[in-house]
Amino acid sequence: MTMKRLINLKRAEARKIYLTYAVVIVAYVVCQIMSSTKFFSSSMRGMLVPICAYMVMAVSLNLVVGILGELSLGHAGFMSVGAFAGVTSAILMQGVITNAPVRLALAMIIAAVFAAVAGFLIGIPVLRLKGDYLAIVTLAFGEIIKSILNNFYLGVDSQGLHFSMLSDTTRLLKGGRLIIRGPMGISGIQKISTFPAGFILLMIALMIVFNLVNSRSGRAFMAIRDDRIAAESIGLDITKYKMMAFVMSAAIAGAAGALFAMNYSTVVANKFDFNTSILILVFVVLGGQGNMLGSIIAAAVLTILPEKLREFSEYRMLLYAIVLIVMMLATNNAEIRSFLASLNPFRRKEEA
Amino acid sequence: MIFLNYFISGISLGSIYAIIALGYTMVYGIAKMLNFAHGDVIMVGGYVCFYAVSRYGLNPFLGVAIAMLVCTLLGIIVERLAYKPLRQAPSLAVLITAIGMSYFLQNTALLLWSSNPKVFPSVIGRGAFKLFDGKLSVSHVTVLTIATCLVIMVILSLFISKTRLGKAMRACSEDKGAAQLMGINVNATISMTFAIGSGLAAIAGALLCSAYPTLMPTTGSLPGIKAFTAAVFGGIGSVPGAFLGGLMLGVIEIFAKAYISSQLSDAVVFAVLIVVLLVKPAGLLGRAIQEKV
Repeated sequence: MTMKRLINLKRAEARKIYLTYAVVIVAYVVCQIMSSTKFFSSSMRGMLVPICAYMVMAVSLNLVVGILGELSLGHAGFMSVGAFAGVTSAILMQGVITNAPVRLALAMIIAAVFAAVAGFLIGIPVLRLKGDYLAIVTLAFGEIIKSILNNFYLGVDSQGLHFSMLSDTTRLLKGGRLIIRGPMGISGIQKISTFPAGFILLMIALMIVFNLVNSRSGRAFMAIRDDRIAAESIGLDITKYKMMAFVMSAAIAGAAGALFAMNYSTVVANKFDFNTSILILVFVVLGGQGNMLGSIIAAAVLTILPEKLREFSEYRMLLYAIVLIVMMLATNNAEIRSFLASLNPFRRKEEA
Repeated sequence: MIFLNYFISGISLGSIYAIIALGYTMVYGIAKMLNFAHGDVIMVGGYVCFYAVSRYGLNPFLGVAIAMLVCTLLGIIVERLAYKPLRQAPSLAVLITAIGMSYFLQNTALLLWSSNPKVFPSVIGRGAFKLFDGKLSVSHVTVLTIATCLVIMVILSLFISKTRLGKAMRACSEDKGAAQLMGINVNATISMTFAIGSGLAAIAGALLCSAYPTLMPTTGSLPGIKAFTAAVFGGIGSVPGAFLGGLMLGVIEIFAKAYISSQLSDAVVFAVLIVVLLVKPAGLLGRAIQEKV
């Protein structure tokens, strides 16, 4: 199915997609070899899973920002919904499913479902708005999700699940376990996320997004992005397509959140704040809106960069900020832009 | 009486939000950009004022004046270096640059002044007026904050509606091309807007730290986001809207803290914003722009 569709695409588009898959696979193999030959430092090996999670987040956000053309400033909210739903379900399944990879996969699916539901509920009000107003409402929802999770308590005992808000009034029976502890989040997580799992999730996310983008719906997304009024006038149901992209993006973000959370022993809601949303947005903008490979590379580089800058210790975030500003100034400078375009082997003829 | 107490502290907090929101709304109105570094200018203003008063023993009002001067210069420099080259760039690129600038200011502050919270000396001491036989106590800072906000609003409204520069600002926000054809220096006008917004941020910084006396490199970010919300709430681009939005946001926040839950107050604030935007998609006082096909 995928292959047939790819062959039908314009060749340049298809080449770009193949290139993306190829780069991801090669990078994965290289990383696996390097980490098994002890070439990687332990800090580097510890970063492999978070990098995968951020890459998936970048792909997910790029669907909304790059393809649909709407700015979302609260994407970390979906990540946190996924993280909490995924970790909770993994803990509940601990006794039932002993195989860790299967448990991880199921947890990620559950996380994706929860995040998709959140995306749908949030999408109903959000997608009625436009432009900067839409952006600020997504920011608001991100903050609301964070506040709610910070005050949410969930426990399990022999009588089933109990939850409460604001303070712990779950009154668990003896032998029960309080899973989500409000601002303390979840602790004692089994670290079942692995680098191969991250790689597979990234490949699935890419396949979903590429298939979606190169389908009838995907063309509708781009038509809406380029000219909403024209798209509406030819009978496209704007709300339906926007909702489709938004929910899909939220689901992918949820799975990434589960992957991310199960790489650590504790997870707290404050980890997924406005700054995390912005971090992911930076990946998308630097990598190029609508350019999945670009945002994947940006995610990897910008996650490794602060670590590599550690030798500058206290200056590292300062350097990061400067790099960010200089990159934005450089990529928007007409002369540098045309120079970069001349290096691109896949440029279209009309641009040459 | 307790209700009135909460209401007054809400208005006071709202006044600070309103002053910050003015900076957001003016810059948005004229340059159509979300200046995320604005919250950090507040923090810089707070630190400058802190050092002027507690290290060099200056008069607090002189300290605020110095902070205003520094922040105004900072605003102009930031605009010149980071935003001006991106005038023609897509709005997302400008947004990311503004965020980079915000990180830059925060981390510079971290290096210069360390992350240890500083206890800010109040601009006018910690006294309070007692009303109704001491049932209602209103601190001097609260009164000063509200008064400052009112004065700024009046002066700024007069400035925008009466002076030549104010007219130039309105013209630029309406149509930059046409404004340029009429002989208005668009670049200078935009720089001016940044300068005014940053100067106001310094005042907001001093007032914010007088009311909540801990000063850290991240002090500005949350009030910055809240004030930005206030600007959207009132209708971004509209000066009276920023005033109204700021005050309402402050009151809602304090009431939510008092009557609902202090932990969920932020969620309540943002939920109200969402409801308002659904009913009035351009904010309370924003103009709904008719789309022409």
